[in-house]
Amino acid sequence: MRRHHILAATVAVLAIGGASVAEAGPTLDAIKAKGFVQCGANTGLAGFGGPDESGNWSGFDVDYCRAVAAAIFGDGNAVKFTPLTAKERFTALQSGEVDLLARNTTWTMSRDTSLGLNFVGVSYYDGQGFMVKKGLGVSSALELSGATVCVQTGTTTELNLADYFRANGMELNAVVFEKSDETVAAYDQGRCDAFTTDASGLYAERVKLANPDDHIVLPEIISKEPLGPVVRQGDDEWLNIVMWTHFALINAEELGVTQGNVADMMATSQNPDVQRLLGTEAEGEGFGPMMGLGKDWAANAIKAVGNYGEVFERNVGANTPLQIARGLNALWKKGGLQYAPPIR
Amino acid sequence: MSDATATVRTERHPDLPPPATTVGVLGWLRTNLFSSWLNTALTLLGLYLLWLIVPPLLDWAVFSATITGEDRTACEPNPGACWVFIKVQFWQFIYGFYPPDQTWRVNLTFLLFVAGVAPVLIERIPGKKWALFYLLFAFPVIAYVLFVGGVFGLPLVETALWGGLSLTLVVSIIGIVASLPLGILLALGRRSKMPILRMLSVVFIEAWRGVPLISVLFMASVMLPLFLPEGVNFDKLLRALIGVALFSAAYMAEVVRGGLQAVPRGQYEAAAALGLSYWKTMGLIVLPQALKIVIPGIVNTFIGLFKDTTLVAIIGLFDLLGRVHTATTNAAWLGMSTEGYVFAGAVFWVFCFGMSRYSIRLERKLGAGQRRR
Amino acid sequence: MSLDTATLPTRPSAWNDPRVRGIVVQVVVLAAVVAFGIHIVDNTATNLAKQKIASGFGFLSNTAGFDISMHLIPYTPESTYGRAFVVGLVNTLLVAAIGVVLATVVGFVMGVARLSPNFIISRLAGVYIEIVRNVPLLLQLFFWYFATLAAMPHPKQSHDLGAGFFLNVRGLYMPSPVPGERFGLVIVAFIVGIVATFVVKRWARRRFEATGQPFPMAWAGFGLILGLPIVVLLATGVPLSFELPELKGFNFTGGTVLPPEFAALLAGLSVYTAAFIAENVRSGIQAVSHGQTEAAFALGLRRGATLRLIVIPQALRVIIPPLTSQYLNLTKNSSLAVAIGYPDLVSVFAGTVLNQTGQAVEVILITMAIYLTISLLISLGMNLYNRRVRLVER
Repeated sequence: MRRHHILAATVAVLAIGGASVAEAGPTLDAIKAKGFVQCGANTGLAGFGGPDESGNWSGFDVDYCRAVAAAIFGDGNAVKFTPLTAKERFTALQSGEVDLLARNTTWTMSRDTSLGLNFVGVSYYDGQGFMVKKGLGVSSALELSGATVCVQTGTTTELNLADYFRANGMELNAVVFEKSDETVAAYDQGRCDAFTTDASGLYAERVKLANPDDHIVLPEIISKEPLGPVVRQGDDEWLNIVMWTHFALINAEELGVTQGNVADMMATSQNPDVQRLLGTEAEGEGFGPMMGLGKDWAANAIKAVGNYGEVFERNVGANTPLQIARGLNALWKKGGLQYAPPIR
Repeated sequence: MSDATATVRTERHPDLPPPATTVGVLGWLRTNLFSSWLNTALTLLGLYLLWLIVPPLLDWAVFSATITGEDRTACEPNPGACWVFIKVQFWQFIYGFYPPDQTWRVNLTFLLFVAGVAPVLIERIPGKKWALFYLLFAFPVIAYVLFVGGVFGLPLVETALWGGLSLTLVVSIIGIVASLPLGILLALGRRSKMPILRMLSVVFIEAWRGVPLISVLFMASVMLPLFLPEGVNFDKLLRALIGVALFSAAYMAEVVRGGLQAVPRGQYEAAAALGLSYWKTMGLIVLPQALKIVIPGIVNTFIGLFKDTTLVAIIGLFDLLGRVHTATTNAAWLGMSTEGYVFAGAVFWVFCFGMSRYSIRLERKLGAGQRRR
Repeated sequence: MSLDTATLPTRPSAWNDPRVRGIVVQVVVLAAVVAFGIHIVDNTATNLAKQKIASGFGFLSNTAGFDISMHLIPYTPESTYGRAFVVGLVNTLLVAAIGVVLATVVGFVMGVARLSPNFIISRLAGVYIEIVRNVPLLLQLFFWYFATLAAMPHPKQSHDLGAGFFLNVRGLYMPSPVPGERFGLVIVAFIVGIVATFVVKRWARRRFEATGQPFPMAWAGFGLILGLPIVVLLATGVPLSFELPELKGFNFTGGTVLPPEFAALLAGLSVYTAAFIAENVRSGIQAVSHGQTEAAFALGLRRGATLRLIVIPQALRVIIPPLTSQYLNLTKNSSLAVAIGYPDLVSVFAGTVLNQTGQAVEVILITMAIYLTISLLISLGMNLYNRRVRLVER
């Protein structure tokens, strides 16, 4: 019988080691109960998400998680990150391992409809591009017929690549890797003529190459890659919270509310749009309580990470190694596509 | 001149030394290296290979290498290895992102493990039975409390921060400790007289042994969450551990079965004659003998598992190899992958080689004991 | 032995009857296992249905839409997921099959070298074995892959190996044979040669057993298997042309290419497994008693004959069982291809297809079932061979 005890003890030790039974009911209640947001993030993509050398997380997607955490708890650090590979990300969300997936994930119809997920919006309008070595003498993706292309598996990129070459009657040799690090390393070693991924990823990876200036990103964008945060289907309240946090950041930029002036704005602004955003309007309950949050939910999010423009510039903008221009991600007023429904 | 008389030697001629070509350095060289033209050719080939490999390797690793400095600029003047990279990242390779002021907890845990495992593995230290109990029951709890924290004023350290060599050790040690009892049960099941139990054990063992660990890890990371009832959720590391433990339990079962088969039949019969029940026979008579025989086999399984833990990097956990790999893609340290891999390889080698030597020594010793009987 | 009826034990109560207890225990365990299985299946089904995740095997006939860099059977992005699965499986089998052969050859050579009387050779073999066995395979694969890539030149500076062979960072380019009309005859001749060799071998053995006259079987087999097809090839006017690879744009086109991922995986797997096989071979040879060799010498057998007829057959008995598990390990380890981009079963199917369809349960189950089948087939084959080797012993 002793062996049974050993087995039972082992199982018990393993079980207390990490099983956590999520509270029944909506996601928000569970999050409030445990005191933090569990966020699925990239294992490491410069500018978008990843731990630094001492394990602190930063990046564009990471800031979205922090903004949501701040909207709920008033604290942008009430968030924990789970690094996920491309393969694991959807299962992790489906099974409840993470509450929110902010990991440069492309919004497609099949993902939205057959995986039990909901995309909350587009935080970054991206498109797939190619990077080649300057020495190759190529100036357009249409000249790549017969080229060997390195690509990461488990992405829409892999499919777009095959489609693009087929549609243009070009011959393709694709070499597929499991992780982006290995993909880039192989490209750098000359295994491939070209490296393809979302344009944002190209800039992020180019920074990591030995001589970034020896590589150019070709002008063609061969696909639409709307990237955005993802939540599970079936909890509309939680969907709304993430969606409106996203919209609040965009509205904040439009209204000129920044991380620096948000406190002043709360005290002094007479602009009704700003007052509704920051929950300082004289009358009414405010908008946060409609979602089960505090009145100052958006103000907290902005205090934590700044408005959309600040998040963009801090992580991937002109003053970062990535040097990505706003382009499609400029506000609608400035010729871009970022447009948020009004808070009213 | 004495051409007429013959000389008769009356005293014994002193022993001459053997011919110079059969003893000493020369003789050794001759018998070991140049005994035939084929042997000579092989020797020359071997020497050529050594000459090809050793001097450039030494030059790279030692003579032209850089060990002083704090960043990569220190390495630029030297063509050889840049060990500064290892020096700067060393503690990360060992502890991952475990908070630096808490790393004493990791160290203490491994000290406690060594304290428990030493009596089991080293003959001279007494108290084997207690040490085994400690390892199987008390140590897991202590280790869990120390590593995870969250009680007794120890700050909570999430598993996402674990990494490096300590994670490699955690995965392999938990894998082996958890798989031992399960493996024993499976081995007993496989040798049981009950057909259904036997069949179930055989199916379980062969099914796990027939699939690659990487697909087991994929299963643990993407399928296990779907197996569980809604709302129940396992930590990512725990899922990998479950996969590793089940996988190695199947191998462990085969090792233990070998030990069970090696226990002479007379022992079973004597136990039966004494009227011992099945569990008493096994627990008091057979298993103590069988497990002693299979310690080398268990160590070998552990070596295999220790090397296989590198695969957890593929499902996004940062073990030693994973951390080294990540560090080499860090923009500040690009092009250091050779140094990183050599370091990781050397660490793995030291552990595995040491354990395999131990297992060989033990095997010889046990073999000698058996022969005397 | 006679029993006094008075001391005959009374029939034990049901709980103490080992037979009854055995049945009860088994029924309980079986019920628990079945209940556990049902619980898991039920959970999975509920989870999939609740989260509206697609299930079933219909996806296998959907269009894959991605490219695979190495395929031995025709494959385009328009092919189905099912076909992609077959491509991955064929690639796995290819690397495993060649790896097994290479590892066996290298392993035997190294095992014998380890026992060589030559100090340097045996030490070199020992160092090789101890280093390779004690470093994780994944690490070695990274080494082989990135070392190969770093050592190879860009396609435009390819090493021209002559006869249409080119070596560069994209792989080894070879001319691919294009069979002409009457090439079928050569294949027929090849098959005839193999069959004839078997027939002659049987005849030679019978004659040797009856009369003691040896027959140069190696030369005869060589002539039949290789010579016959060559004669036919020449007689039919060489109905075979070669498609040469040539540099066009970025890469060589035409011909056959052996990609570096394949080469690195093959090298890594063979070198790693060979180190284990070498140890098996060494202990196998050492297990053959020295008296056997001496007896053979005393009978006047020469060194080669002693090794071939006395030592190896007996050593094989010891070597074959661990060799089987090494072959199994090699096949399973080929799944590490995923780390260096070789499109094997795990990389193509449990990687890309899983990601594109999201049907984790089906894909992982199929993958594991396939590996299990391959493993069982290898075990079966090796067990049959083992039985033959055992017969030789008697």
